[in-house]
Amino acid sequence: MLALIAYAALLVFFIGFTWRILTYWRSPAPLKIPTTPAPTSTGGVVWRLFTEVAFFNSLFKGNKWTWAGGYLFHAALAVVLIRHLRYFVDSLPPFFAYIQIAGIIAGLIMVKALGFLLIRRLWVARTRAISSLADYLILALLLAIGLSGLLMKFVFRPDIVEIKTAMINWVTFQEVTTPGDALFLLHFVLVLLLMAIFPFSKLMHMGGLFFSPTRNQVDNPRERKHVNPWANKAVE
Amino acid sequence: MADIAVPEVKKDIETPLPQEGTMAHLQPFPAAEQHMKPLNFPPTRVENWQQKGVEKLGEMLKKYRSLQVFMDICVKCGSCTDKCHYFLGTGDPNNMPVQRAELLRSVYRRYFTPAGKLFPKVVNAVDLDEDTLKKWFTYFHQCSQCRRCSVFCPYGIDTAEISMAAREIMDSIGVGHKYTTEIIGKVHSIGNNLGIPQPALKGTLQFLEEDMLDNTGHEVRLPLDQEGAEVLLVPPSADFFSEPHIQSLMGYAKVFHQAGISFTVSSYGSEAANFGMFIGSYDQKQKIAKRIADQARELKVKRIVVGECGHAWRVAYSFWNTLNGPFDFLDPRYPVPQHVCEFTYDLYKQGALVFDKEANDAHTITFHDSCNVARASRMGSSCGGQFEIPRALIKATANKFVDMDPDTTHEKTFCCGGGGGLLTDELMDLRVRGALPRITALKRVMDEKGVNYLALICAICKAQFNKILPMYGIPMDMVGGVHALVSNAIQLGAKKGIV
Ligand code: HEM
Ligand code: SF4
Ligand code: SF4
Ligand code: SF4
Repeated sequence: MLALIAYAALLVFFIGFTWRILTYWRSPAPLKIPTTPAPTSTGGVVWRLFTEVAFFNSLFKGNKWTWAGGYLFHAALAVVLIRHLRYFVDSLPPFFAYIQIAGIIAGLIMVKALGFLLIRRLWVARTRAISSLADYLILALLLAIGLSGLLMKFVFRPDIVEIKTAMINWVTFQEVTTPGDALFLLHFVLVLLLMAIFPFSKLMHMGGLFFSPTRNQVDNPRERKHVNPWANKAVE
Repeated sequence: MADIAVPEVKKDIETPLPQEGTMAHLQPFPAAEQHMKPLNFPPTRVENWQQKGVEKLGEMLKKYRSLQVFMDICVKCGSCTDKCHYFLGTGDPNNMPVQRAELLRSVYRRYFTPAGKLFPKVVNAVDLDEDTLKKWFTYFHQCSQCRRCSVFCPYGIDTAEISMAAREIMDSIGVGHKYTTEIIGKVHSIGNNLGIPQPALKGTLQFLEEDMLDNTGHEVRLPLDQEGAEVLLVPPSADFFSEPHIQSLMGYAKVFHQAGISFTVSSYGSEAANFGMFIGSYDQKQKIAKRIADQARELKVKRIVVGECGHAWRVAYSFWNTLNGPFDFLDPRYPVPQHVCEFTYDLYKQGALVFDKEANDAHTITFHDSCNVARASRMGSSCGGQFEIPRALIKATANKFVDMDPDTTHEKTFCCGGGGGLLTDELMDLRVRGALPRITALKRVMDEKGVNYLALICAICKAQFNKILPMYGIPMDMVGGVHALVSNAIQLGAKKGIV
């Protein structure tokens, strides 16, 4: 039963994510609107996007505290995600042992960074003013995922072998025996929830960033005519 | 206008606490039937406006990737919240860029997203109702489309795009803005925003020619509708009639004269400004821009040079080619269009112009990067030329130049407070307060560095500062164009031309 729900959540995630990305992909960009100064070559644009993804460049310009909290959270999340591979893949290369340690530290950082982001959101009058319930719920969900994970690591250790078997069976479409550990089940269900809401929430920033015309356009309107696909045509 | 409270200028730009509703009272005059009809907008609010408005939003999501992506991906990080001059000047939370955008986004969620349809309260989704429309009309006319917010947003979300879209939706249901629609009507019927008819324009240009002859002893020409000229000069129409704009116009004319390059102004294309952008209308943008392309063909010119005007330069630089290009009937050796600062600085580098810097010794100059030039266009061939070229030109014509606080210049420049179709008297309260960040930085260099000249390259900036500076107790004669400096310094007859 859980395995089926899990497949469903995964399906919602992949189909939903693809649907959003296709929507962005298909929507035309009628005019050149890069925020200048902007790169004058395609290579420059790739670099610009890279600095946004890898360093949160614009956010750094905008707000150092949010940048610090946000950056730590995302970097830690990335490491944590990589570490989780070990629950899904049978044999990993030996250097993965190091990632395990980094992953545990990252888990601690991630939860602290999330806590910081949550407190900041509540504390600063401006961010409090712009936040809806959904903005808090997402942070709460991520925090709950992180905390339940850390609890398993440090306090109530579940049977890892049982869980790993279940997970490997799950991703290889074999019969799954639902692990009995309640904390794990909570952790797992919350992750499924996160995946299911992902495409319908602001989490789509992960994909949308690459389609933002103010960041992904080359600044060369005089040199090359940028064609508006719907110019003088009725939109369907 | 006695009720306008001018904010106190502090030493530094300070971020106010959000205070709900401080600017809720301030709306522009709505457009009347006679303003809407010529633009093919419904003359009054259409009957089923809610449905029509939502449909229009749906249509625009399919036409503009920017809108579709920006509606989805804001994470409410707050990076933009203290970046808008209108928030800094008013403290109204709806003037925080993300909150302004949220006025449209909440409607988007309600009608176009599963979450907004199912759980409107949780995700902040609202119906397009009377109250929402009122907020739209209020706060989307408190955005000067300056793009400062977009610089600091991790995804480049540009609230200017969003307010353009919102204005387009409002126009489509018959809820227009008088100032912008009225002006666009004038451009179509007469040829320029100020509504100056051809004979009056001719008279002014002749008068200016005589004036320059008296003052310089040189026959500097300002030709109108002259077929076969090398260059079509397209200034903002304010350059023909308003102070201090007119000084720049004389500056351009002297440059042409000295370089020995023939040029003409076109009466039907006597306006660089393109208010089609302010109302977000692609059709209007295209129609207004087409006048210039048509005139260039008709007058058989080889190049087009655009005068000192911020948003006009954005449209010309970024959009002309898409809207009415290719311009393959013009001389391929020059970019189309050219900014007059590029044009002049190029000639200077080639040695065609000689400047006497001492002519500007009375001035200690600072430069206000016009937002649309800074963040929506370029000059020259390399990234950032829009910052360097005007500064280089100022330094070539004057000895004393200082920059303002780097957090308020270059890409981080603050809008003057009057752009985006807000340069209208009924919005004076907003304009005064929105100018606060710029005034703060300006005052600082005035006090500390003795600055007494604010150099500008935007018609709206000039008009806005001319009006606003005195309210802050700053003399208005410190406002001037970059080409007014050129006009002062240029040595006529020193050397003849480049040919
Ligand atoms: C390409 C990958 C991604 C990039 C470049 C990216 C970038 C960003 C940036 C720049 C911010 C704003 C800073 C902040 O508020 O922390 C942000 C916020 C956020 N991101 Fe991401 N992100 C990515 C992937 C993800 C993923 C996979 C998740 C979660 C599963 C996520 C969850 C969040 C959340 C919850 C926030 C809001 C934080 C808050 O409320 O303060 N992001 N992201
Ligand atoms: S900076 Fe961008 S992502 Fe952050 S709140 Fe503003 S618009 Fe949203
Ligand atoms: S575009 Fe400029 S005026 Fe409009 S919200 Fe952004 S910063 Fe404010
Ligand atoms: S008037 Fe000048 S500073 Fe203000 S909106 Fe236009 S270009 Fe920007």
